Amino acid sequence: MNLLDVKNLTVSFDTPDGQVHAVSGIDFTLEEGDALAIVGESGSGKTQTVMALMGLLAENGTASGNAWFRGEDLMAMDAQELNRHRGTDIAMIFQDPMTSLNPYLNIEKQMTEVLMHHQDLSHREATEHAIEMLRAVRIPDPEQRIRQYPHEFSGGMRQRVMVAMGLLCEPDILIADEPTTALDVTVQAQISQLMAELRRQSRTAIVLITHDLGVVAGLCDRVLVMYAGEVVEYGTVEQIYYSPQHPYTQGLLDSVPRLDDVEDQSLHAIPGNPPNLLSLPKGCSFRSRCSKAFDACREKPALTELEGGQLARCHLVNRS
Amino acid sequence: MELGDIRGRSPWEDAWHRLLKNRAAVFSAFIMAAMILVVIIGPWLISWEADFTDWDNTSTGPSLSTGHWFGTDAVGRDILVRTLEGGRISLLVGFVATLVSLVIGVTYGSIAGFYGGITDRVMMRIVDIIYALPFMFFVILLMVVFGRNIILIFVAIGAVNWLDMARIVRGQTLSLKNTEFVEAAQACGVGRLDIIRRHIVPNLLGVVMVYVTLTIPQVILVESFLSFLGLGVQEPMSSWGALVNDGAQDMESAPWTLIFPAVFLTVTLYCFNYIGDGLRDALDPKDR
Amino acid sequence: MMHEHGILRHAAQRLLGVLPTMLLLITVVFFLVRVAPGGPFDSEKALPPEIQANLEAKYHLDEPLIQQYFRYLGQILVLDFGPSFQYKDWTVNELIAEGFPVSLTVGGLAMVLAFLVGTMIGITAAMKQNTPVDYSTMGFAMLGISIPNFVVAPLLILVFAVYAGWLPAGGWDWSVQRMVLPVITLALPMIAYVARLTRGSMIEVLHSNFIRTARAKGLPEKTVIRRHALKPAMLPVISFMGPATAGLITGSVVIERIYAIPGLGSYFVTGALNRDYTLVMGVVIFYGLLIILLNFIVDLLYAWLNPKIRYDEEY
Repeated sequence: MNLLDVKNLTVSFDTPDGQVHAVSGIDFTLEEGDALAIVGESGSGKTQTVMALMGLLAENGTASGNAWFRGEDLMAMDAQELNRHRGTDIAMIFQDPMTSLNPYLNIEKQMTEVLMHHQDLSHREATEHAIEMLRAVRIPDPEQRIRQYPHEFSGGMRQRVMVAMGLLCEPDILIADEPTTALDVTVQAQISQLMAELRRQSRTAIVLITHDLGVVAGLCDRVLVMYAGEVVEYGTVEQIYYSPQHPYTQGLLDSVPRLDDVEDQSLHAIPGNPPNLLSLPKGCSFRSRCSKAFDACREKPALTELEGGQLARCHLVNRS
Repeated sequence: MELGDIRGRSPWEDAWHRLLKNRAAVFSAFIMAAMILVVIIGPWLISWEADFTDWDNTSTGPSLSTGHWFGTDAVGRDILVRTLEGGRISLLVGFVATLVSLVIGVTYGSIAGFYGGITDRVMMRIVDIIYALPFMFFVILLMVVFGRNIILIFVAIGAVNWLDMARIVRGQTLSLKNTEFVEAAQACGVGRLDIIRRHIVPNLLGVVMVYVTLTIPQVILVESFLSFLGLGVQEPMSSWGALVNDGAQDMESAPWTLIFPAVFLTVTLYCFNYIGDGLRDALDPKDR
Repeated sequence: MMHEHGILRHAAQRLLGVLPTMLLLITVVFFLVRVAPGGPFDSEKALPPEIQANLEAKYHLDEPLIQQYFRYLGQILVLDFGPSFQYKDWTVNELIAEGFPVSLTVGGLAMVLAFLVGTMIGITAAMKQNTPVDYSTMGFAMLGISIPNFVVAPLLILVFAVYAGWLPAGGWDWSVQRMVLPVITLALPMIAYVARLTRGSMIEVLHSNFIRTARAKGLPEKTVIRRHALKPAMLPVISFMGPATAGLITGSVVIERIYAIPGLGSYFVTGALNRDYTLVMGVVIFYGLLIILLNFIVDLLYAWLNPKIRYDEEY
């Protein structure tokens, strides 16, 4: 049995302008200790995918499909049942550490409440455990700092606190939604490094949401590339980096600055904008931005399995 | 969440659509329009004069046969025509005093916001200080000291009510002033006052509209409050507040003298508040 | 402790802001009354010159204006508002001491009622956002804001005193029955304001990222509200307490008149109608100082509840 098995997950939002199809039917699985990256531009549906799993969609959002966690369907649970898993089996780290911690409570209160609620620890035990965790994410002087308020921490330190908070109950899955995007470049590297280290030390599976393929390599085994609410490519890190099949994945890779390639110093952005999710075009949704588009792209390509288990949703795959 | 590119629609159009969807606001706007119309032309259509005393019908209840649809007061004056004429004064005070506060507030706020720096700090500090004063008591004090007359009511209410407007306008100006088109205008050497007049003021329109609609009922309320205390408009002129005051005196024997002006006043305030709320939601759809 | 230091410094800073406001209040009131056309202390009836002179000497009107101003300022410093102009045997202080406890009782009760009921309604509406419960409570709240209290009061008297006969229509003897209607009338618009304010800020807080974090932790919704949302949602409500006091004081003027309550508001209106300048000045300044002081306290309370202000003062 897979740790997490997501089948045909769709997410849509009711807006004054009509239905927005943020995620239209995606599948993926996660094994214990796995590290999966979900990559795509903003608006590709990657964040809404995990929000749906956590039951954290905005009020105007609806999700359907299945998400089997250890054989139980998260999508069929009400908030009360979901609360037995949230924070303890599945934890989440958010993009903006500045606003994701409660500014009115000190760190101690925010950390211990998780342990006291899910594991019935006494306040003292919970505090000790929280201090341990802060030490593990290398916050200096954790006994003192735990009593401070979020605004007394720098952005990087706050994200460390978020990571520590996520790992308090030793979850099976840690979902990290763009954990480094809001941070300075040097701090970004520290946080990625921290997560890679923590991953080696525990059996926690990681789902990393990012738009930056550069962050993925050091941390993840497998990559899921999303575009306009669909999976367009899936494979191991090696497959995605060394033989990307979808022109969108290639475009994303080209837009990562490469320090090792002295010959090519130019940066390539993908031209154009993601499609309007209110009315998706017929055929391949990437067609209008794709330099390799041809007649067949008027038809919607299927997700095709290639050699080594790699998947790609592109007509080019069949042509070669 | 980004939606990708959606077909172009001006923010004004967007706001207009949202406003039309707000049924309470649209309904209120219709009632309000009807109210204004009735108050303006009503008194001409009714055969009674506001100060005519019908000695055959004193304190009679609403009835079609006497011709006094809303009844009469203790001296036989027609409540309907008095209510409508009182409405003229109440609405007039509402609009004019709001205009006074609008002019002062927008001028003050946009100057403070646009010049920034020390000018801004001093000007806003003054606003803070005045803000902490018990405004209603000042109006009363003004009425006591200078005697009651309607011009003074306009000025007194308007002059104390501009503070909110000044604060809002200043905040908006501050955020607008750094936007690109103002910088572009500045780079082209357009004078500061010209920039305020041509670029900033039009952009403030939305917020100002909201505050105007919310200030009008406040002002009407203040005026009726003063009139109720006997410090507002004087006989033979009347306003809803003064009529409610009269009505409250004989409400046991003639409740209609209280109820009709009270309903007109309340409905007006209710509608203005709903329109203002609707406008705010439409122009700034933060948490719907 | 660090907190207390931050708060103290904050308090000192705010106090510096409060003093000019108080000074301005006194100055404006003083000169406003002095520049009144015809002079406030000119009597309507012609008095014999020696009585006029006596009167002027008694109120120090024979001194230069600036000297009078500083004399008045000095009096206010020791909270002496001078003799009443109309109630010949009373000082303004005595009138305030007579009326204020009554006003304070009615106002205080209304304030407590308004904040308790208002926040409860607001939170309920926010949690049931966009349901019939939300729409109907907010519709009533809008009505509460729109109906002036001088309309509500006669209606309540009509229903509960005249027709039903359950409660007295007015008067004052410190009994609960006589407090019910005035307190409810005074509290009603305030309840509506607080409910709308609470609902708005609660909805805003519930959409914030840290509430999402709290939900992601698997905490029950009740805990999320109580522990994470309540405090930030109450901050705007707390800062509303200053304006609310001003509103209650203003409202009390009307309420006391309608219910025939011998409070400070009644004295004020009588004073205003009779041109009792010293009394009117005294009440305006007294209430003004009270409001300024209350704003100051609310400000400190706000700072104390908000860790950001509490600490930012340190750096």
